[in-house]
Amino acid sequence: MTLQAYLTLAAMLFCIGLFGVLTRRNTIGILLGIELMLNAVNINLVAFARFLGDVSGMIFTVFTICITVAEVALGLALVILIYRIRRTAVADHLDLLRG
Amino acid sequence: MAASGNFALWAWLAPALSFVLLSLIVPLRRSGKAAAWLSIVLSAGALVAAVSAWRASVPDMARRMLWEWIPVEDGVLTSVGVLADADSTLMLILVALVSFLVQVYSLGYLADEPPASLGRYYTYQSLFAFSMMGLVLAPNFVQLFICWELVGLCSYLLIGYWYARPEAARAAVKAFWVTKAGDVGFLIGIVMLWSRTGTFDFSELFEMAQGGSDALTGLGLVMFCIYLGAAGKSAQFPFHVWLPDAMEGPTPVSALIHAATMVTAGVYLLFRTAFLFEQAPEVLAAVGWIGAFTALFAATLACVQRDIKRVLAYSTVSQLGYMMAAIGAGFASAGFLHLLTHGVFKALLFLAAGAVIHAVGTNDIFGMGGLARRMPQTFVIFLVGTLSLAGIPFFGGFFSKEEILGATWAGGLTVPFAMLVAAAFLTAFYMFRVIFIAFLGGPAPAPARHDGHGEAHAHDAPAIMALPLWILAALAMGLGIWFSISHPEGGFAPPGWLTPLAIGVAVAGIAFAWLVYGLRAISGDRIFERLSWIGEAAVERFWLDDLFALVYRRIILGVSRIVGWVDRYIVDGILNVLSAGTLTAGDRLRRIQTGQAQDYVYGIALGVLLLMVWMRWPR
Repeated sequence: MTLQAYLTLAAMLFCIGLFGVLTRRNTIGILLGIELMLNAVNINLVAFARFLGDVSGMIFTVFTICITVAEVALGLALVILIYRIRRTAVADHLDLLRG
Repeated sequence: MAASGNFALWAWLAPALSFVLLSLIVPLRRSGKAAAWLSIVLSAGALVAAVSAWRASVPDMARRMLWEWIPVEDGVLTSVGVLADADSTLMLILVALVSFLVQVYSLGYLADEPPASLGRYYTYQSLFAFSMMGLVLAPNFVQLFICWELVGLCSYLLIGYWYARPEAARAAVKAFWVTKAGDVGFLIGIVMLWSRTGTFDFSELFEMAQGGSDALTGLGLVMFCIYLGAAGKSAQFPFHVWLPDAMEGPTPVSALIHAATMVTAGVYLLFRTAFLFEQAPEVLAAVGWIGAFTALFAATLACVQRDIKRVLAYSTVSQLGYMMAAIGAGFASAGFLHLLTHGVFKALLFLAAGAVIHAVGTNDIFGMGGLARRMPQTFVIFLVGTLSLAGIPFFGGFFSKEEILGATWAGGLTVPFAMLVAAAFLTAFYMFRVIFIAFLGGPAPAPARHDGHGEAHAHDAPAIMALPLWILAALAMGLGIWFSISHPEGGFAPPGWLTPLAIGVAVAGIAFAWLVYGLRAISGDRIFERLSWIGEAAVERFWLDDLFALVYRRIILGVSRIVGWVDRYIVDGILNVLSAGTLTAGDRLRRIQTGQAQDYVYGIALGVLLLMVWMRWPR
């Protein structure tokens, strides 16, 4: 397996995640898309760590996974709160920032 | 620091204290009498301090106290402080003295005013005393200019004291604008002088002049600009038009500001910076010629006035011309001497005229008549002032006037000398015209009644007004006698025939006035007919006021209208278009903020994509 294969996989995963973030109407779906994008980054890091023989990339990945977990926990908590208050979890209805 | 400087500083700050108290403590100001007494007590203190400063002073410009004022990168741009030498402290005494006496006198003169306006009057008086002293003591051009503008402001406020009267309001504005026209030149001159020499300071400039510095060559234009300021303030032709109108203010104000102190500020400025004017002899010559012409011109105008205050106003213009002529001839100290004596006896004349107006209720000399019997004290006082002004020996103005005539002769200005002699004749004539019409002779046929004060009830002024009059009269006599004995050295040798000439001209003027208005041996009307061309012109004030009005209405208002149009439609138009455009653009741009987080992510993703394309774009 070459480095290109790993990077292509990561890029595809990133694009799928981005597509999910942009198109899903459900807030939980958007969070899932973000997960995919983060994991694409993780694949990138691990692949480079392996092919360049540098362990710091893998250590970084461990940190990223931890932060991802925290982010998902926080994100889900927010979604639940929003659902309780606004009675909806559809992203289109959450437009308090409109100018 | 020199004791003289300390005293001068106290004198300067006393009226400042009074002004601050009166302007900040509203109940005190509105109380009227209390405000007046505060101002009077503090100005008495200023007078004492001024006399002490003079006694401690030495004829040396170096005695001064300075505080750094406008600091710049390398040193100090200008300072503020007091410069107390023999000359400035002498002038300080004149200012403090006349200011004090006028404030005492005003207590009687303005007794009928409501308390609030009386307090306002004394607030202005304090501000004026402070500004004028700051001007006199100024160690540099910047402080002098600031105080110069402040006295102009006080003059405006006090001329317009009865601001409900349209003439007074107009006169105040006129005085302000005409002097301001000269001040523009003054400001330009100061800045030009600074760009040449790099300093505003009098003593530094003095050292430069002593050392023959190259920076001081070819100063003609600069000094002429500075002279413009002096000409505006000291009512030199053609800027004299504001002074007669300024008589709309209360008479004590005319005595203080428009006779003794503020109008002499221009002369004082020229005296102070005479060492600079000596570097530009052509400007000095112009000063002398304009001064002499003003003296003669204003004297002819004074001969046809009916209003006693206007006679005195034109006389002031004329005497200021005398002082300027002496300075122009190169003998500034002669002009300064006349400034001091004139300050005393002209203040005296104005205050005496005020007493007359107060008693009679009219300004018109033909509405008075026979006042010598009803107001004997005022008559004696007015006579002392008149004899001083006419230049009769042993009276105040005699010596200084002769000194000026001698100075112009010694300075080689022959034609101005002749003008001044003619003006001296006219001076004696028009002053005794007032004496014969208003004080001697029969009472006026129809006494003009104003506000209950009938001509028949005319009587001498109350003690509070009489006291300043007697003090000034004693001073005018005392100065005259003192100068006659001591004969201060003028720095030139007047020709032997000068004294007889001066006395002769004055006596001739008096005799002529006696013939015309006393004996009525010569009919005044017939003279008027003979000289109708000049008489008419004088009555119309040589159409100068009309000319000024024309310039003002046609040119200045026309230009203002154009400028107003440009401002309204072009400058404002551009701004309006800009602001309207910003508003519309903001409104449009607002709509792209949908509030949908996903739309923002679209934007970001698109932006990143574009960035990547841009980075990889083959160049």
